[in-house]
Amino acid sequence: MAPFPLNLVELLGSPQYFIVYLFIGFAFGAVLELAGFAVSTKLAAQFYLKDLTVLKVMFTAIITAMALIFLTSGLGILDYNLVYVNETYLIPGIAGGLIMGAGFILGGFCPGTSLVSAATLKIDGIVFALGAFFGIFLFGETVGTFETWWNSTYMGRFTLMELFNADTGVIVLAVMIMAILAFAAAEFAERVIGKQTQKQPRWRYGAAGGGIALAAAALIVGQPTNADKWNAIASVNQPKLDERAVFVHPGEVLQYMNDRKIVTMLVDVRSEADYNLFHIRDARHVPMEELNTIVEEFHALPDNAVVFVMSNDEAAAVAAWRYLVAESVVNVYVLDGGVNNWLATFGEADFQAVSAIESSAVDALKYRFDMAYGDQHPAASPHADRFELTFDPHVILTLKRGPASGGCG
Amino acid sequence: MTTLNTTQPQSDAPVKSRVARIARPYMHPYAAGILLGLVLFGAFFITGNGLGASGGMNRLVVVFEDALFPAHIDRTPYLISMAGGDRNPLENWVVFVTIGTIIGGFTSGYLNGRVKVEIVKGPNTSNRTRLFWAFVGGTLMGYGARLARGCTSGQALSGGAVLSVGSWAFMLAVFGGAYMLAYFVRKLWN
Repeated sequence: MAPFPLNLVELLGSPQYFIVYLFIGFAFGAVLELAGFAVSTKLAAQFYLKDLTVLKVMFTAIITAMALIFLTSGLGILDYNLVYVNETYLIPGIAGGLIMGAGFILGGFCPGTSLVSAATLKIDGIVFALGAFFGIFLFGETVGTFETWWNSTYMGRFTLMELFNADTGVIVLAVMIMAILAFAAAEFAERVIGKQTQKQPRWRYGAAGGGIALAAAALIVGQPTNADKWNAIASVNQPKLDERAVFVHPGEVLQYMNDRKIVTMLVDVRSEADYNLFHIRDARHVPMEELNTIVEEFHALPDNAVVFVMSNDEAAAVAAWRYLVAESVVNVYVLDGGVNNWLATFGEADFQAVSAIESSAVDALKYRFDMAYGDQHPAASPHADRFELTFDPHVILTLKRGPASGGCG
Repeated sequence: MTTLNTTQPQSDAPVKSRVARIARPYMHPYAAGILLGLVLFGAFFITGNGLGASGGMNRLVVVFEDALFPAHIDRTPYLISMAGGDRNPLENWVVFVTIGTIIGGFTSGYLNGRVKVEIVKGPNTSNRTRLFWAFVGGTLMGYGARLARGCTSGQALSGGAVLSVGSWAFMLAVFGGAYMLAYFVRKLWN
């Protein structure tokens, strides 16, 4: 499994792991100061095309981080699934951006730079930061009146790759090239409009070449497919299948369905016809080819969530288990013996006598239903007290890695 | 001071102070950008989270609100998620990034001789005007940042690097908004 990002809570414990964020913040603040971002006139000059330091620093940072993120992800070192990607709320995002643009040119800072400016005792920075605190306070007090709009145009984890339907590497290289062209334009503006005569260092050509080489490497390496991800973790996870450690007895699944302290997700990967004939209460129909659509949602599940996948027997469920585990979904298990075993366990004696059929087909339903019961069949929602079952519990809840709550907190 | 108590070995050579008397020049923009990119990458690589500033500021505001009016917090859905009941709004990664940012900014400014009480403003602007607009700008910034679910750090920088569509749209909006207004407030800065 891609070893990064690290499971900080497991490694350092809580709240000690916050110290890592303190160091990251320290480095962030120091670099902002080193770039001159504590000085409002330097920031504002950006908008009169005289000194484009802001654009240069920001986009250099973005393309540097971008190239490294997607290169390490391509090499299987970093798990992009566990990297926080800001969810898109298009219209509120653009509206907020426009308001911030106005605040930027009037006040001369953005929130982060005003903190650094205040830290270096610039009075305008301190006043701006106080204003920002006040604006944040105002937002908390007023958002209730337009919350529906604030949550509108939600597109989830939506990336430029999906927008342009292009390979990750192509987008990375395109962004890299466009940023470098923007730098050339910025330097031209600084010479013509800002009348800057200072000679720019030669090493920046080398840096631009290095950036393009990194992006090209990301393009050539490509991003790992689900099969690549499984191959990388197979040596650890195949034994779990072989030892049947992840197969959970129907009785244990039923116990979790009835446990209100646990969020239980039942994923039924069978055909729609089989699903309509019979499925367990609250089971979600997710065909194999649509598994990719639930990955994002399952990453966002709380820590006390457990996922059970099922097919008629086990073959398709095992494939689905491999898929989800390779995509770094945690606490995934397979229903032992599938729906057939569920019906054998929880079907009443007269149902067994009438409906059980012999079938030699792989992963096929071994019961006949005279109509589509869905979850309206007695066995879909068995009463736990009526069955005396003994089983070894197999579910062990493990902690997730990566961002718990995303974005700007 | 005539006596110097120090455990460091004494030498006759003049001690070169680590703290600059005169402000050192800023780092070259591309060099600072690459450094910032490495910090941003490091944050994502180690923790899965990017950088942030306004989120941390938000939680600092909520701490005060929660101390003064806890019942009000518990009635406002947006604030409950941060400080409802016995939830501590400071128990969040972004708060520590924000505190670190302030310490890091001060440390770098101190070592480079750039910590100085002053009001930075355009040549034709009075102190009062500058501070008035700094407060107004800050208020808009704070409001807009929460509306957009992140500021220049949390949305533009972090979301931009991981290629989020919303973050790129946001980034264009920030620059667009500022450029549209820049001409009308040129007296503030020029």
